[in-house]
Amino acid sequence: MSAPASLTEPVFPPLQINPELVRGILVGFIKNEVRKVGFERVVLNLSGGVDSSLVAFLATEALGKDNLMALILPYKDSDPKSRSDALEVVAQLGIRHLEIDITPQIDAYLARFPEADQVRRGNKMARERMTIAYDQSVAWRALVIGTSNKTELLLGYGTIYGDMASAINPIGDLYKTQVWQLADALGVPTAIVQKAPSADLWTGQSDETELGFQYRMIDQLLYYLVERRYTEEELKRQGFDEAFITEIMRRVRENQYKRRLPVIAKLSSRTIDRDFRYPRDWGR
Amino acid sequence: MTDDGRLSVALAQIDPALGDRGRNLERHRQWVKQAAETGASLLVFPELSLTGYFLKDLVPDSAIQLDSKEMRDLAALSTKLDVVLGAVIESPDHRYFNASLYFSRGELLHVHRKVYLPTYGMFDEQRYFAPGDRFRSFATPFGRAGMLVCEDIWHLSSAYILSLEGVDMIICPSSSPGRGITTDERLGTAESYALVCRTYAQFLTTFFLYCNRVGFEDGANFWGGSLVIGPNGDIIAQHQDADEALVLATLDLADVRRERLANPLLRDERLELTINELRRVSHERTRKPY
Repeated sequence: MSAPASLTEPVFPPLQINPELVRGILVGFIKNEVRKVGFERVVLNLSGGVDSSLVAFLATEALGKDNLMALILPYKDSDPKSRSDALEVVAQLGIRHLEIDITPQIDAYLARFPEADQVRRGNKMARERMTIAYDQSVAWRALVIGTSNKTELLLGYGTIYGDMASAINPIGDLYKTQVWQLADALGVPTAIVQKAPSADLWTGQSDETELGFQYRMIDQLLYYLVERRYTEEELKRQGFDEAFITEIMRRVRENQYKRRLPVIAKLSSRTIDRDFRYPRDWGR
Repeated sequence: MTDDGRLSVALAQIDPALGDRGRNLERHRQWVKQAAETGASLLVFPELSLTGYFLKDLVPDSAIQLDSKEMRDLAALSTKLDVVLGAVIESPDHRYFNASLYFSRGELLHVHRKVYLPTYGMFDEQRYFAPGDRFRSFATPFGRAGMLVCEDIWHLSSAYILSLEGVDMIICPSSSPGRGITTDERLGTAESYALVCRTYAQFLTTFFLYCNRVGFEDGANFWGGSLVIGPNGDIIAQHQDADEALVLATLDLADVRRERLANPLLRDERLELTINELRRVSHERTRKPY
């Protein structure tokens, strides 16, 4: 598969954004949601990909470069380019960073389970990175800022309680193709915006190969399905391939659990999140 | 108000704390003081300015009763200038209303209980609030006014009824969350509201004061964009940004008379015809067997 057309191909018009407007809202969101709960700082796992790089740019603008800590947490098989891209973002923004090689703790665990497949190994790494982010957040009195975009969240293309875990997420309502637009407008290095998206959980991993479709096409389908509530029949009439529609709808449906709290057995008259409903920003 | 018929109004485009009435009352006092220093005679706060918007199960905890010390504290805000603010009102039979309160000279002059409670998409008001059952205008020291809270203005009949009561001014406190990202300069919601407010002002030949809040609640942003519009539909004052601000405007109240002479839409309005036709529509709807 060729490199994604993140900047070269025209963007599907309904998903085009005014980057300045979105930037203003997201910078305001980070400032407001961090400070009103009594924090000044955030930590993030900076992979060197476009999502976490974009969040680093937004958080730096919102909170100042001294209030952001980038965690760079490579495993021995990680693409060296991921690390060097992350370091370039750190240098460009002038933010703090902490680099920890997670190989020892991952390998210590996996040594007992040599049969563990790529998914188990990848999940273990994603969750190891999560525990480091949460530990550093306590040590540094910071919130963990999330980097999952809307396309990933809808497809469930992430590790629950791993990279999907965070206290606040500024980009969870932006599709991948919108992340590209905003990242480009904010000055994220072009090489990062243009490289093939990868979770980098194993050598040569590619989001688009693994998902089987290009983000450009997935986002168009999700736009009609989610934003416009097209039916399956209407999507077919729109020209989308039936197998493509079926697969994307299946992913959205089957991964709903990743977007919710654990299901709680109903017993009392006021069960958390069902009939005990308070805003998160309660009293803020 | 000055002797030449000019009225200085102020819109307090604020960011209330969610579910903290005490802190918000203190902030209201500061904004009232600031508005009074500008010489404003009328100060408008946004919808639910005393409590914040997405209250959910905090609604009962945030409520006040009309006959209470809390209400007297609010009335005391209006000794120097008239004040419109938003609060949760609990009726004696324990229904909770999303209400807009008009205070003048230390007294409660009028209460509007929001009639149209949005319950769709990101909104869930009917789960927590009881709906108001009337649109009434009232006399203020500056002419006849009517209040509509946010979603109320998305129903044409609400402003129409107030118009036929002869209002000079419609006051709309709002907590409108921003959504609709495109390549446009502004959010889709901001564009829609500005269009509706201007349309009402021009169609009904009345001043229109729209005060929207700012800030974030559980990730939702409120876009501000408060507006003062003249009876010819022209924007007199507008705050485009989503930051806390006191939006000031001077209204020449005689503009209403001048506009209605130039454009006698209200004179030509056929109230009886409208009532008859609506009655017929209602009758025909209820006659349908299924």
